[in-house]
Amino acid sequence: MTSSMLFNATTLAYMASMVVFFGFLASRNQKVGLAGSLLAYAGLSVQTIAIGLRWKESYDMGVGHAPLSNLYESVVFFSWTIILIYMFIDLKYKYRIVGAFVVPFALLGMAWAQLGLASNIEPLVPALQSNWLLYHVITCFLGYAAFAVACGVSIMYLIKAAHEENSSSSVSAGGLMSLFPPTRVLDDLNYRAIMIGFPLLTLGIITGAAWANYAWGTYWSWDPKETWSLIVWFVYAAFLHARFTRGWVGKRAAWLSIIGFAATIFCYLGVNLFLSGLHSYGGGK
Amino acid sequence: MAPTQRSFAQSIWEFFCSLKLTIFLLISLALTSIIGTILPQGQLPPEYVAQISPTKLQIYSKLGFFDMYHSWWFITLLYVFSLNLVCCSIKRLPHVLKFINEPLLVLGDSQRNTFSLKQEIPVSGAPAAGRDTLVEFLKREVASPVVTEHSGEYHLFAQKNAWSRLGVYVVHFSILVIFIGAIIGSLFGYKGYVSIVEGSAVSAVEARNGQQISLGFEVRCEKFAVDFYPTGAPKEFRSLLTILENGQPVPGYKDVKVIVNHPLSYKGITFYQSSYGQANEGSEHYLTVNQRNGAGAERFAIHEGESVTFKDGTTLKLLETAQDVRPFMPDFTGAAARVEVTYKNKSPQTFIVFKDYPEVNAQRGDALIFGYQGTNARMYTGLQVARDPGVWVVWLGCTLMILGLYIAFFMSHKRVWIVLSKGHARMYGNASKNQAAFAMQFEDLADKLKNQKI
Ligand code: HEM
Repeated sequence: MTSSMLFNATTLAYMASMVVFFGFLASRNQKVGLAGSLLAYAGLSVQTIAIGLRWKESYDMGVGHAPLSNLYESVVFFSWTIILIYMFIDLKYKYRIVGAFVVPFALLGMAWAQLGLASNIEPLVPALQSNWLLYHVITCFLGYAAFAVACGVSIMYLIKAAHEENSSSSVSAGGLMSLFPPTRVLDDLNYRAIMIGFPLLTLGIITGAAWANYAWGTYWSWDPKETWSLIVWFVYAAFLHARFTRGWVGKRAAWLSIIGFAATIFCYLGVNLFLSGLHSYGGGK
Repeated sequence: MAPTQRSFAQSIWEFFCSLKLTIFLLISLALTSIIGTILPQGQLPPEYVAQISPTKLQIYSKLGFFDMYHSWWFITLLYVFSLNLVCCSIKRLPHVLKFINEPLLVLGDSQRNTFSLKQEIPVSGAPAAGRDTLVEFLKREVASPVVTEHSGEYHLFAQKNAWSRLGVYVVHFSILVIFIGAIIGSLFGYKGYVSIVEGSAVSAVEARNGQQISLGFEVRCEKFAVDFYPTGAPKEFRSLLTILENGQPVPGYKDVKVIVNHPLSYKGITFYQSSYGQANEGSEHYLTVNQRNGAGAERFAIHEGESVTFKDGTTLKLLETAQDVRPFMPDFTGAAARVEVTYKNKSPQTFIVFKDYPEVNAQRGDALIFGYQGTNARMYTGLQVARDPGVWVVWLGCTLMILGLYIAFFMSHKRVWIVLSKGHARMYGNASKNQAAFAMQFEDLADKLKNQKI
């Protein structure tokens, strides 16, 4: 058994979960919904074992380090955190259907990692040999995952709101839309997910700054990655203030959340693909 | 005249207190920050200058786009941001403190209608008798209540975590603390660089602005070494440093190992391993030359960039050397030299001669076989040097920010009132955050209230 086999199984589980969730959307059968969630959790468990195994494999190879050191490993970890946050929302708020809009993000990540990225375990370059790597990456990615969930929920909000506007004159269609939580709840979930994500992103930026200060003597150097994380931070701070003081709830909040996640994805991937800097993820450097 | 003046001052004040301004500033900072991630910052690379049109170059430089995070307009944005924050807090904080310190103890009739969470129970006895039971009840379930008698009714008020309303202000204050830390660092600190050749010591470093800064002590590099992974990737750069005061090693600072991610700090100045190289200046490299037919061997010493000419008219120029070729040539290890050899009346050819692979050197079919025997050159270590007396203020600000965010988002000011009148007691409640969770707690509380015997 190797970690890469388990990662393949994870990808399949997420794919099955997504298909079943789409079946849930179509059939509105609660049992199908439960199956979708269980498949996602099965994927999460296998993935957890796989990440642990990959960690061990790196020690067996004599280059032991946490599996968070290159683009492949970070994308895998990102998928993992998305499902983890989804599980939290499913169990705590009982909105299973959110899975249909969140699991695809995790699947996309896993599929890309398995098919498109080099998965070799590489030794760590000196710059990454630090425990700060662990704290920094974990906090950042938990924050990103919360924003991914907020984005998925916002998309649901916009679909549901558009539907309600259209059908307000005609007979209420019910059907698929009745599966979605009420817009009020989606709006609240969006805010809650960002309330979880914002402090985590803040911690991620701070641990990054602490590490940079420890390793290079500057906590902030306006490196493109740093700057983009700050941009993301500004966008969500604007979200919080607009919501709180200008009553930007509902549609506008949903759009701000989607823009925020687009900036997040650019910060995570775009910066490495299009800009240059100190961070190692993504072929560049 | 006075009224218009006042209203002008007033409107300036309102402007700086306004949250529209906050949102405008947050979005502006986000959008303008993008510029500096796309355009090169600081020293412009020549390729960039060659490719951009001169007018654009001029406009961008005028606008400060090539050092935008220190440009006057970006700094102005940050100052307005801070001003906005300060004004807004000055305006609101007194209200919040009043809200915390002088809670609403008595609920008027109209106020009672605004609550979504309420519960009524019948009271059979006299209000005064039920009062103590309810005080005990609130004390047990929420917090010790304040009891006020008002027009024949008893108003019981209990609250929890009132101070959590200050969380937002802790967050805002923390931003100012971080700014102050950054300003202290830029006024009283510096960033610099120094390279030290093995066996030698320095007492000054070069700051980023080119200034020489005296350290007040000496740093000696005892030794420098690099380790590689089998793949050829660097594993560890290691300097052994000693701090000297008045020429004497400082106890505890002798032969300190400094690697990437493990700096050395002394008297507030920190040294970070950042680069290394071979100090070639004036050092000799030893090469050998053999006739392929075995007719005599010769060893000679040469500096990098120099040439020698042999008896048969062949010249050799030493282009460069490396003490470990693995990073460039993963199949080989050890030292090597790149040479340019020109046989008489032939065109020059460039190749590499190894120290540890004489057989590879011999494989070249030429009349002469060259070898490399190493050098008396020493390594130098390149160290970033930083002094930042403001950094602790920045960490204090960061800690406050995390603490404040936690309070602002995850702690909630919960308030419960019970109005005890003739015949019934009515309970009301609200919370500053997470109403859904509080609604459940309130329902729980309401159930318990129903079981009270009064
Ligand atoms: C010019 C700058 C800013 C001003 C004037 C400002 C002002 C405000 C005001 C008036 C509130 C509402 C407070 C209340 O009465 O409960 C608020 C909330 C808040 N602010 Fe700011 N703010 C600024 C920047 C920031 C920044 C950069 C952050 C980033 C951490 C931030 C974080 C928060 C948070 C977390 C809340 C609570 C929001 C909520 O409960 O949903 N603020 N801000």
